[in-house]
Amino acid sequence: MIETENLTRKFGDLTAVDNVTFKVNQSEIFGFLGPNGAGKTTTVRMLCCLISKTSGFARIGDYEIGNQEDTLKIRKIIGLVPDNVGLYESLTAYENLDYYGTLYRRTDAQRKESNEYFLKLLGLWEKRDALTGTFSKGMKQKLAIARALVHDPEIIFMDEPTANLDPESAKTVREFIRSLKKEKKTIFLNTHNLDEAQRVCDRIGILNTKLMAVGTPQELERFVRGRKTVIQLRQVNEAILDSLKRLQVKNMVRDGNKLTVDVLNPEEENPDIVSAIAAAGGRIETVTVTGSSLEDAYLKLVRENAQ
Amino acid sequence: MTTWMPWKIACKELKVISRKRSIIFYTIGLPILTSIVFSLVIKNQIANGIPTTLSLGAESIIYIFVVLATVLPSTIAAYSIVGEKVEKTLEPLLATPTTDGEILLGKSIASFIPPILSTWAGASIFMALADYILHSGGLSYYYFPNWNAGVMLLLLAPLAAILSIEVAVIASSRVNDVRGANQIAGLMFIPFVAIFFAGAEGLFAFSVVNLLIFAGIVLIADVILLFLSRATFRREEILTKWK
Repeated sequence: MIETENLTRKFGDLTAVDNVTFKVNQSEIFGFLGPNGAGKTTTVRMLCCLISKTSGFARIGDYEIGNQEDTLKIRKIIGLVPDNVGLYESLTAYENLDYYGTLYRRTDAQRKESNEYFLKLLGLWEKRDALTGTFSKGMKQKLAIARALVHDPEIIFMDEPTANLDPESAKTVREFIRSLKKEKKTIFLNTHNLDEAQRVCDRIGILNTKLMAVGTPQELERFVRGRKTVIQLRQVNEAILDSLKRLQVKNMVRDGNKLTVDVLNPEEENPDIVSAIAAAGGRIETVTVTGSSLEDAYLKLVRENAQ
Repeated sequence: MTTWMPWKIACKELKVISRKRSIIFYTIGLPILTSIVFSLVIKNQIANGIPTTLSLGAESIIYIFVVLATVLPSTIAAYSIVGEKVEKTLEPLLATPTTDGEILLGKSIASFIPPILSTWAGASIFMALADYILHSGGLSYYYFPNWNAGVMLLLLAPLAAILSIEVAVIASSRVNDVRGANQIAGLMFIPFVAIFFAGAEGLFAFSVVNLLIFAGIVLIADVILLFLSRATFRREEILTKWK
């Protein structure tokens, strides 16, 4: 549905997006995770044909980004929820949706139906005649999402849709995003909220100007850092430590009688570790394997990239 | 470009404008105030009989409405374009399958209609009051409407309004706030005021021929600025450089 190859955007000497290559499948929720200034918004703007690419290739559906003939066609099949909701505050909720329905060339009947459907779905129907300037941030965000959907787009780009929302509103928005997947919508979600990415996205790309990794949240956790084996011993002595050093375990940390080591593949490495400890006379109480979090993966990748 | 899309955009703009009291007051109030004040000036001037310079005075006043037609649209045009950027509404708008031409034309229509209607309304009120005052003061015929007023109000004023809108569009691409765009666009009234003073000093006669020539010059400027304003409205710059 979305495909890029070495997509690059420069602003003068500054490279905002550097040779980014990824693919987003139909009905997939793809998260773009990265710190502020990572190039997430720039990427979305390029994919929405709002700004041009400097080099590389990008395609939305059957249409190519940068091809003048395809630009309007791309805009017809996408919906955008920008980082700033950008609602007309002196228009009512209904008028905002209706105006956008008009811009997408929807008929009167189509607009009436979709306006009512989305306003009811997002709990804004009772407020349809209220000026959006009087709305809370959560209500505005919901309305901005509805606005991006009034023309029944195939692909929806969302740029930080839950930023500045209270936890309850953010939860509502996330649930709504998940529900869009059931309607076969493809969603491209920009976020710097790790928890949100983990909960909502099928796959995640970690971006910091360059795309550093792409995968499911679980794949990223494993890919970046592997796992940790925590061994609780009755007593740790030098012989046990020496035996583990001979095994060349990575990042061994001792905390009293607890040893923690990094393992890439616990199923293969842990029997050797346990055998080495037992051979050195150690008495093992428990062995636990812990996974590294997406946060660990993200921070490591971002820091490595910064260096 | 679809023919109805600019009109739909204009309708939305007019709806937004209709809810901005300051713009409404300014757009409607100024021409009406002008018509009343200058009617009183005429009344004062004929206190001792109809002056021989009636023609110059009355037509200079009608020309003031042309000047108003250059001032009033710039406020709406500047608000309509820079206001979108300030209120962060441009990005979702530009992501729709609407062309730059449709957006610009829609906003231009919305910037044109209220000021030109209020200018015509103000001028009509002035002409009616002036006729009443002059007729009561002894003038044997109704001075207005006349060809000069017709050319000024129906030809020169709309062309001047279009010029003002185009300058506002260009100014909007160079500044980041409504006031700045409005101030730059407001400078457009200077050549029109210069003509007013030239008329008052006897250097320019408000004759039909002179007014038609002046209208022709404004028309050429309109066409040139149309291309310029279209060229300055670039989505990418708007999104990446307007901060």
